[in-house]
Amino acid sequence: MAYTEEELKKELETKEYEYGFYTDIESDTFPVGLNEDIVRAISARKNEPAWMTKWRLEAFEKFQQMDEPDWANVNYEKPDLQSIAYYSAPKAQVKYDSLDEVDPELLKTFEKLGISLDEQKKLAGVAVDIVMDSVSVATTFKDTLAEKGIIFCSISEAIQEHPELVQKYIGAVIPRTDNYYAALNSAVFSDGSFCYIPKGVHCPMELSTYFRINQAGTGQFERTLVIADEGSYVSYLEGCTAPARDENQLHAAVVELIALDDAEIKYSTVQNWFPGDKDGKGGVFNFVTKRGICHERSKISWTQVETGSAVTWKYPSCILKGNDSIGEFYSIALTNNFQQADTGTKMIHLGKRTKSTIISKGISAGHSQNSYRGLVKVGANAKNARNFSQCDSLLMGNKCGAHTFPYIEAKSKTAKIEHEATTSKIGEDQIFYCNQRGIDTEKAIALIVNGFSKEVLNKLPMEFAVEAQKLLEISLEGSVG
Amino acid sequence: MDLKETLLSSYLAFDAQDGPQRKLQDVRAAAIEVFEQQGFPTKKLEDWKYTSLRTLTKTNFSVFPKEEVNLKLEEVKPYILQDVDTFKIVFVDGIYNAYLSETTHDGVDVCLLSAALTKRKFAPVIKKYFNQIAEKEASLTALNTAFTKEGAYIYVPEGKVVEKPVQIIHFATDKNPNMILQPRNLIVLAKNAEIQIVERHQSLSSGATFTNVVTEIFTEQNAQLDYYKIQNDNSEASLVDSTFISQQKHSHAKVHTFSFGGKLTRNNLNFYHKSPEINSTMKGITLIEGKQFVDHHTLVHHAQPNSESHQDYKGIYAENATGVFNGKIIVEKEAQKTNAFQQNNNILMDDKASINTKPQLEIFADDVKCSHGCTIGQLDEDALFYLQSRGIPKKEARGLLTYAFANNILQSVQIDSVKKRINKLIANKLGVNIGFDV
Repeated sequence: MAYTEEELKKELETKEYEYGFYTDIESDTFPVGLNEDIVRAISARKNEPAWMTKWRLEAFEKFQQMDEPDWANVNYEKPDLQSIAYYSAPKAQVKYDSLDEVDPELLKTFEKLGISLDEQKKLAGVAVDIVMDSVSVATTFKDTLAEKGIIFCSISEAIQEHPELVQKYIGAVIPRTDNYYAALNSAVFSDGSFCYIPKGVHCPMELSTYFRINQAGTGQFERTLVIADEGSYVSYLEGCTAPARDENQLHAAVVELIALDDAEIKYSTVQNWFPGDKDGKGGVFNFVTKRGICHERSKISWTQVETGSAVTWKYPSCILKGNDSIGEFYSIALTNNFQQADTGTKMIHLGKRTKSTIISKGISAGHSQNSYRGLVKVGANAKNARNFSQCDSLLMGNKCGAHTFPYIEAKSKTAKIEHEATTSKIGEDQIFYCNQRGIDTEKAIALIVNGFSKEVLNKLPMEFAVEAQKLLEISLEGSVG
Repeated sequence: MDLKETLLSSYLAFDAQDGPQRKLQDVRAAAIEVFEQQGFPTKKLEDWKYTSLRTLTKTNFSVFPKEEVNLKLEEVKPYILQDVDTFKIVFVDGIYNAYLSETTHDGVDVCLLSAALTKRKFAPVIKKYFNQIAEKEASLTALNTAFTKEGAYIYVPEGKVVEKPVQIIHFATDKNPNMILQPRNLIVLAKNAEIQIVERHQSLSSGATFTNVVTEIFTEQNAQLDYYKIQNDNSEASLVDSTFISQQKHSHAKVHTFSFGGKLTRNNLNFYHKSPEINSTMKGITLIEGKQFVDHHTLVHHAQPNSESHQDYKGIYAENATGVFNGKIIVEKEAQKTNAFQQNNNILMDDKASINTKPQLEIFADDVKCSHGCTIGQLDEDALFYLQSRGIPKKEARGLLTYAFANNILQSVQIDSVKKRINKLIANKLGVNIGFDV
């Protein structure tokens, strides 16, 4: 007798978060709470120049005047920012020449995550800048990159060694006053990645960073800055997993992309923070601000697979400032149990003949709520701007919800904008067809969901596509009959 | 004094007056409190993000007409459908005009709300339906409720098919300049009843007018409603139209909105499904120019299974005109097997014209078919070239194509007279002779 729906449901519910473990590394943690002294202390701890400290303090001042926004279609208990420690770094702060020198506890963590550094290096040709609780502990392939003049390091390092670049571009796309969490991040960001591709350079490998929240009660505030100089190309990968914990953890990152004339940035994310257990307890709050600016003839492409987090609140956006620039957004957002996601994009067309494409696939199961919120704005000078948007939702069961909030604002008569959205479920006939051919229901659902998401999965770099596909399967198996 | 204060102080005078409003004292008192707390909606509210009432709230409107105005038929003839026999409920500056009207109590009640409020025989209907579906927390609807006194009252009893359409017409005149009009309509269709209604607001005055109208409609089991709103006002007239429709099993409510002019027009069109197997249709053509502004907010609340809704709005915006479309479809988890479709197509004719649209879906049930589509674009250059190469001048060619773009909305208009009238209005607006009848 085949697997029944009940069995599937049971299995899914009891399936624990695979990456739910906690590494006991002695951490150097600041006292909890948020005030000006903490901001100064973070800056001092990182040996930052005076302009950076000032920049943080100004951000903090602005932050204090702001209120937490509540327009998103999510419900959660607002995190108490005073009960979070704003800095934690693994104690062993020496730089390593080889993996042997790395804390074995840390290595074990990576193993459980499936990131064997060696293997990664060999198999994927990926330079991994691993951020474990804020401080970068291992950077690989740096030499290969350095040959081409590519700078790929932690943002703290960049502040020390390339202050002119950081000072010029940090906050250029997402001003400190942009929103509540961006302001908070600007004040207290602990670390993150920095990437600069010089003029005309085609980055030979996918750059990637793995983030983890590890220390209990540590909020993580990364700051990523990617600058692609004229005519360059880079593909940047970001992946996340976080250990299971009962209290909610806050994650408020800021990612800024700058594509100068004729440059191209491809930014891919697989996000799998801890989503909370089947009763909706625990999980990560993911409040992220991501935005890129395109200069003349440049292109920014965001691809994201969102399967984790208790609450997601994220709108990777493109400002198409230069003429003939292109913005793309491909997204799969999957929510199960009590997860809530409010995600989408903004495409701001300012330059002439700018183009944007939005493909968003939402899959909701269990008691989850999944919203697409997007803005397509065409300014008066954006002659012949073109946008195509497609938002499809797949619902499983009648306890979840799928929502679409597309805002479309056109101020140019030459704009061509198309928006399409559909909502449907997995057809019984589709499953029946698969069953008939000897594919069990569980596999059939995975197959159909994969087909549903194919347009987006195809956009992911190889090594991510495999992981993403697996994630979708794990998160969905048996959530519907 | 700003408009809110004017209204609040006028309310005291209104409340003290003798009149049909006396019957609704409690309801009105609760409503004015809501308005006092919320005031006029501002752009900070999500629902009013693109629509500003600022200039309106700065204008000095008066609530009470100074004098009763008699209009001659010749003055208003163009605004009344003539080539079809109809019942008419006509108001001039908010006061019922018996001379222009034609009401009835023969088999169906087509009369005044003021009469329905005061006469004992209507009491059960008023009690059962009045202010039952209108949104109590919306400030402008509450404002209307607080000033409820007059409007159209239509009750179609069980099984009755009203043989001729009903026209509800509101005129604003120069004699009472700067009036704020707040008509309140109540329309009830009992089981198996059928009716066609045409509603129009027309300003004959060169001064500013502001109409804040609320219409409550109830379609009981298997009732059929066919409603047409013609909005072709002058450039000083502003209109906020809030319509709430409560539907029962197998009923079908259709609302067509033709927005061709006015300084500011805001339509809140809300459908609430109270039982399964309901059909709701809303269609509209918006064709504006100059500095006109039209905002369509629609809501379909699918709360029960096996229902369907169809929305189709076309917008054509020329010169400095601005359009807003916000279509919201909610499908509750009980509402399985819902089919909800929404379409919004727009053409921007000039560089200064703009459109803000937000087709919104909120879906909690899985076995549904819901879709929305939205486009913003231009006339097809190839089609234009084709027509020109056949000797049709550019202006006419553009007119024809624009007309064709809007035409499928006209197809579903059931009253010939309305269809002809709209057809003519569109042709006039486009400045072309269409050369054929639909």
